[in-house]
Amino acid sequence: MAIPEITLSARNLTRRFGKRQVIHGLSLELRRGEVLGLLGHNGAGKTTTLQMLTGCLQPDSGEIEICGIDFFKKPMLARAHLGYLPEAPPLYRELSVDEYLIFAARLRGMKPGAAAEALIQAKRNCGLEAAGKKIIATLSKGYQQRIGIAQAIIHRPAVIVLDEPTVGLDPSQIRDIRTLIRELANVSSVILSTHLLSEVQSVCDRVEIMQQGKLIYSDTSAHMQMHGNASGFIISLRNPPPLAELEGIAGVNSVAALSATQFRVLHAPDLNPSAALLTLAEQRGWQLEQLTPLQATLEDVYVRITDAERVAQ
Amino acid sequence: MPSTWFVLALLQFVFAWFFLARLDAFLEIQPQLAQLANPFGVTITVAAPLYNTAALLLLMLAPMFTMRLIAEERRNQTFALLLSSPLSSRQIVFGKFLGLLIFLTALMSCVPLMLYTLAFGTALDHGLLLSNMLGLLLLTASYVALGLYISALTTQPVIAAIGALAVLAGLWLADIGATADDSPWHVVSPLYHFQNFNAGLLDSNDAAFFVLFSLFFLLLAMRRIDNNRIYG
Repeated sequence: MAIPEITLSARNLTRRFGKRQVIHGLSLELRRGEVLGLLGHNGAGKTTTLQMLTGCLQPDSGEIEICGIDFFKKPMLARAHLGYLPEAPPLYRELSVDEYLIFAARLRGMKPGAAAEALIQAKRNCGLEAAGKKIIATLSKGYQQRIGIAQAIIHRPAVIVLDEPTVGLDPSQIRDIRTLIRELANVSSVILSTHLLSEVQSVCDRVEIMQQGKLIYSDTSAHMQMHGNASGFIISLRNPPPLAELEGIAGVNSVAALSATQFRVLHAPDLNPSAALLTLAEQRGWQLEQLTPLQATLEDVYVRITDAERVAQ
Repeated sequence: MPSTWFVLALLQFVFAWFFLARLDAFLEIQPQLAQLANPFGVTITVAAPLYNTAALLLLMLAPMFTMRLIAEERRNQTFALLLSSPLSSRQIVFGKFLGLLIFLTALMSCVPLMLYTLAFGTALDHGLLLSNMLGLLLLTASYVALGLYISALTTQPVIAAIGALAVLAGLWLADIGATADDSPWHVVSPLYHFQNFNAGLLDSNDAAFFVLFSLFFLLLAMRRIDNNRIYG
């Protein structure tokens, strides 16, 4: 079956635990070939959202469609297109890797022959070729996480849902998993939840930030990086002039002295005075050593967005 | 899995012990029985008590096996795999039920195997043997269904085991304690209905009881799993 353009569509999901409203009217869309990052503080509702999208939890209201199939009218059909890796990988620790992955494949309705082939492919994708006969309980956390991802992709679903896939892994394993996720996204579509901003930066195409059960920001990760950028640069002069002279340059809004030789120069977004500064520095002998544009880190952006939302409430 | 072989070996030992004890007792009184006009055969003096023992042992063993069925899935957090797969709660419940039923039947199969070896020495009452086998199968199904439901209620396997044991033992003791012949405690106790099968009496009343008992608890288990999705 050809994978449709919009692989997952969720509208107005709400969920309450007891008296506490945990998810308020959440709507999401996932397209084929993209990696969507669900970002948020611990306790924002990311795991609850993913549980609702995969059928482990029923939302109080709202609609979900997977590849155009209504999740509540035809749950079996819809779930066949899903692969889910929860926060704790659902591994049967007394089974061997092969046995477990074949079971996962058969569970999703694959015939024995197709399951055997899919096993070889999934093990190759996740780097588990050598671990086939080993008992899962004897393997390290990195391998167990990989087995968890393997069970989510073995039936080649259109939607792959990963809840914090790189938590607890060492840096080289993290890099391997991220490469794998990017490869998977080429064929299907991936939603992953994380609170690691580096993950968002390296893997995700789009980002949705969640806070207290609501989506407060939604954009491509490239745009997010440019969000509310302070226009300016840091300049270091070995023979600096008095501050007033720097502030007098056309286009400069303010100058702050960070040290005897370093200054932070802020300017209007559309008027960059760095060219003028360079010429002046050479003319007046300020001995310019370094000019570095200011770039907000993703962490700053994230904190700014979530703080703004908290203040606004 | 080594532990399963252990269990098989230990159970085989226990049943063989009982078998030999009953066989010994029979051989002791055999000369006296031969003088009777219509003596008891070996089947009714060895096989029937052996099956009765098996039924009682099953009452204690079944909770040990059923406790893991759903409670351990919840504890090890593997239940999400089943819930997010294209499986209905009916498939999950029946799958687990049949899996454990087949396993326990294989476990108990040592009993008829031992009894059939007696055929080398004497004529067996095959009707009685078959009636007992059917009865034990239906009894096992009932115990598994009850244990499965209680396992679905909790996340701790130990609580599931003790809960199932409490219910089964409670039903058994109430059955023994009730002196009136038409007491309601007799109707709801699985072991009471097994007694007819044990004696060689095939009563549709008893068979229907076992089937309804099993279906009742399997349906409750399905409902519990559905509720799991709704209430978290």
